[in-house]
Amino acid sequence: MPEGSTKDGIGASVRRKEDKRFLTGSGRYTADISRHGQLHVHFIRSDHAHANIKSIKTDDAAKADGVVAIYTGEDVAADGIGGPICGWVVTNRDGSPTNEPPHPILANGTVRYVGDHVVAVIAETLQQARDAAELVEIDYEVLAPVVDLASASEGVQIHENVPNNMYFDFELGDEAAAEAALANASTLVELEVRNNRLIPNAIEPRAALAEYDPAEEAYTLFTTSQNPHLTRLVIGAFMLNIPESKLRIVAPDVGGGFGSKIYVYPEEAVCTWASKKLQRPIKWTADRTEAFLSDAHGRDHINKVKLALDENNRITGLRVDSLANIGAYLGAFSVVTPTILHTPLMSGCYKIPAIYTNIKGMATTTARVDAYRGAGRPEATYLLERVMDAAARQVGMDPAEFRRINFIPKDAFPYQTPVALQYDIGDYEAPLDKALEMIDYKGFEARRAEAAKRGKYRGIGLSSYIEACGIAPSAVAGALGSRVGLYESATVRVDPTGTINVMTGTHSHGQGHDTTFAQIVADKLGVDVGQVQIIHGDSDKTPFGMGSYGSRSLAVGGSAIAKAVDKVIDKAKIIAAHLMEAADSDVVFADGKFTVAGTDTEKGFGEIALAAYVPHNYPHDRLEPGLEETAFYDPLNFTYPSGTHIAEVEIDPATGVVQLVDWACCDDFGNLINPMIVEGQVHGGIAQGVGQALMENAAYDENGQLITASYMDYCMPRADDLPDFKVDYTVTACTHNDLGVKGCGEAGAIASPPALINAVIDALSPLGVTDMSMPASPEKVWRAINEAGKAQAAE
Amino acid sequence: MTNVNLTLNGKAVSADVPDNTLLVSFIRETMTLTGTHVGCDTSQCGACVVHVNGESVKSCTMLAVAAEGAEVTTIEGIGSAESLHPMQQAFHENHGLQCGFCTPGMVMSAIELVEKNPNPSEQDVREGLEGNICRCTGYHNIVKSVQAGAQKMGV
Repeated sequence: MPEGSTKDGIGASVRRKEDKRFLTGSGRYTADISRHGQLHVHFIRSDHAHANIKSIKTDDAAKADGVVAIYTGEDVAADGIGGPICGWVVTNRDGSPTNEPPHPILANGTVRYVGDHVVAVIAETLQQARDAAELVEIDYEVLAPVVDLASASEGVQIHENVPNNMYFDFELGDEAAAEAALANASTLVELEVRNNRLIPNAIEPRAALAEYDPAEEAYTLFTTSQNPHLTRLVIGAFMLNIPESKLRIVAPDVGGGFGSKIYVYPEEAVCTWASKKLQRPIKWTADRTEAFLSDAHGRDHINKVKLALDENNRITGLRVDSLANIGAYLGAFSVVTPTILHTPLMSGCYKIPAIYTNIKGMATTTARVDAYRGAGRPEATYLLERVMDAAARQVGMDPAEFRRINFIPKDAFPYQTPVALQYDIGDYEAPLDKALEMIDYKGFEARRAEAAKRGKYRGIGLSSYIEACGIAPSAVAGALGSRVGLYESATVRVDPTGTINVMTGTHSHGQGHDTTFAQIVADKLGVDVGQVQIIHGDSDKTPFGMGSYGSRSLAVGGSAIAKAVDKVIDKAKIIAAHLMEAADSDVVFADGKFTVAGTDTEKGFGEIALAAYVPHNYPHDRLEPGLEETAFYDPLNFTYPSGTHIAEVEIDPATGVVQLVDWACCDDFGNLINPMIVEGQVHGGIAQGVGQALMENAAYDENGQLITASYMDYCMPRADDLPDFKVDYTVTACTHNDLGVKGCGEAGAIASPPALINAVIDALSPLGVTDMSMPASPEKVWRAINEAGKAQAAE
Repeated sequence: MTNVNLTLNGKAVSADVPDNTLLVSFIRETMTLTGTHVGCDTSQCGACVVHVNGESVKSCTMLAVAAEGAEVTTIEGIGSAESLHPMQQAFHENHGLQCGFCTPGMVMSAIELVEKNPNPSEQDVREGLEGNICRCTGYHNIVKSVQAGAQKMGV
């Protein structure tokens, strides 16, 4: 870990630099931006899950007040506009490629989910566009929907080139070895779990504002994106055929993403396309129902799990057969999320000699499903941590002890799992022990007994997780089907007066990069955090970067910044050596000062910065003027955060309400740059996991209508649903980045759902309940209690 | 069109707007104060909370014409970057915000909550903020912020 050289350097809970603009209403989100003469677009979306479009009649609408243009799929096709692409594909079990159907930005002949984009109505005001949309007549020939995941392969075929509605059929591991372990098991544990479908629900709805400058023949698109350069690449090269140099993407302040703003959506492309056609800026802002219908959803797996134990209760094998609901189209990460980001996690924190897993990605007439906070890893952790509890119950062991005896021991690193990953470092017992102490695990039975006296069922549940994040090594990603690199970039520009601008290819949409990244720079250069300005989110200002997702910003983007700062220091040292008439090797840089070893000669960092830009006395024979360096960093491995989360719940048998009464977690994120920000990330992740486990569920009816399309129907966690969280850390520093960091953004969402469901099952275990599906709603819990009660009475 | 006259952050303002203009649209679009946000269409999320005559109101649920003659205060009207309101300061010190989108509504609701209950318990705060959704923070630090803000406000 680099030495902290300033009070607000690495390891300090520096209060966030970005706060003031948000707290005073000065944040600038996409919907806050307007342009003179802008038009507004309203999208008419499909009311049907699956239908052929027989005709679209727009004559009356075109004559309505304020209407400037109406576009349909035919206009899109006529202009040769492409659709959003899948950024990562896999090879099927039989060696064939992923089936990739076209995804027109306005439906061309067929609609495939409720919310599919059909017509764009563009008018002077949003109200006029909406009013005119009422006058558009669309005649549909309704087709059979495909909604149920388990039977999706038997439904009507949704895409011409996706037979059996199967996009991919992926496997990993050694099937024969896993089958042998299952056949020879002393104890065989079987479990089927459903990972419920979620809707990300960043509180800022998606929005876009595109403008075309005829003088420059260039476009600017302001949009709610987690990765502006990827958006530029996809819209420019794959959708609208615009030279990248003529398309500027600005993702200003973005109000949360959680994965849903990684992808390019049709609306952004329509705005950009229409801005040139109409020579007017085009603005669109989703309302919440549009967000529910058309944002990429998350999770939605069915996992069948078999776990083999030997006579000493050590795990000998694991087999997982899964179906993943991918929805109507493939998004950027729709394929990688349930495959490469999911199946290699099947070893968890455990020594499992034989693992095999197969997952089939199914098309349904529902919104597309893509990466959502954790992306594949929550699904892996959920099935694994559920089966770990089921196994412990089956063999009569304490779940903490059962995990402990199966952990990969801390002296076994680097550890090669049988499912592709090599964990560089970890110590899984340390966070388990700390979390058990934090929640007073030993005292739990007394608390259970006390709750029973009050007529409540009290339960405790654990989850020990590992995640692979900081994605990714580009070479590994490429070998596994990625169509993009996954490095990160940074430019560090020192101004003549010593202020510092850092242009990063990552994007901050709540993670606090302005502060964390400034701390890294401040620490290394020995300057004040206030001197460091972080610039992100503008493809014209920042070097090509891959954006923020997969807990990669710090481990990959932060490492790129650290590398660029090192280059600045290296150059500055040569300038300092010249000015101090010393050999380069005698110059030492510490605490913002260059000194000549063994003398009292010194130059401040600011003096060197000035000399670089006023190079009167300068080593011109060796260096160019200026002090600005760029670095690209491509890691050698994923990073592997891990830890244990423990939930304690109380259930009221009269109502079935699960009250979350305590939460303790201990995570190993490697070194922490800003512990306050890390803790905030953990809190938020847990809350999203609690939402999944207890409240949230994206529900389609049998016709494919989304019946949870507003906050009245989709239950979001609110302040009174959650307790305070006890958060602590252990540290094993990542071995392959200089900062020793691993990433913390997704851990809470990965770890928490199984901890909670395990706690609910534990609470109801005296009744004989052994299973509970997510979300554990009051109705489901109440029914479980009453059915168990009836069964017990019958005995 | 109707002429709407009201006091916005202490200043008298007047504009002709379509009758169906929501107060939040009047604030954001007519008056170009974009600190008040829109996060849903069903009065659930609370991103649009402002004060109307001292009461917190979801401004997506009120017509601009219904605020005729009222004193309306938005996030821009309670403090500045140079001089934060004690509640804004408490959110900053306690890391009560992440992406910032729900923050203006959260702060406006919190101020009213404390004005009505100067020394709220944790449970009071959690129940009092039930009408404001935050997707980032898990509320832990928001609750801490509001309690710290209450002490700073010293109502």
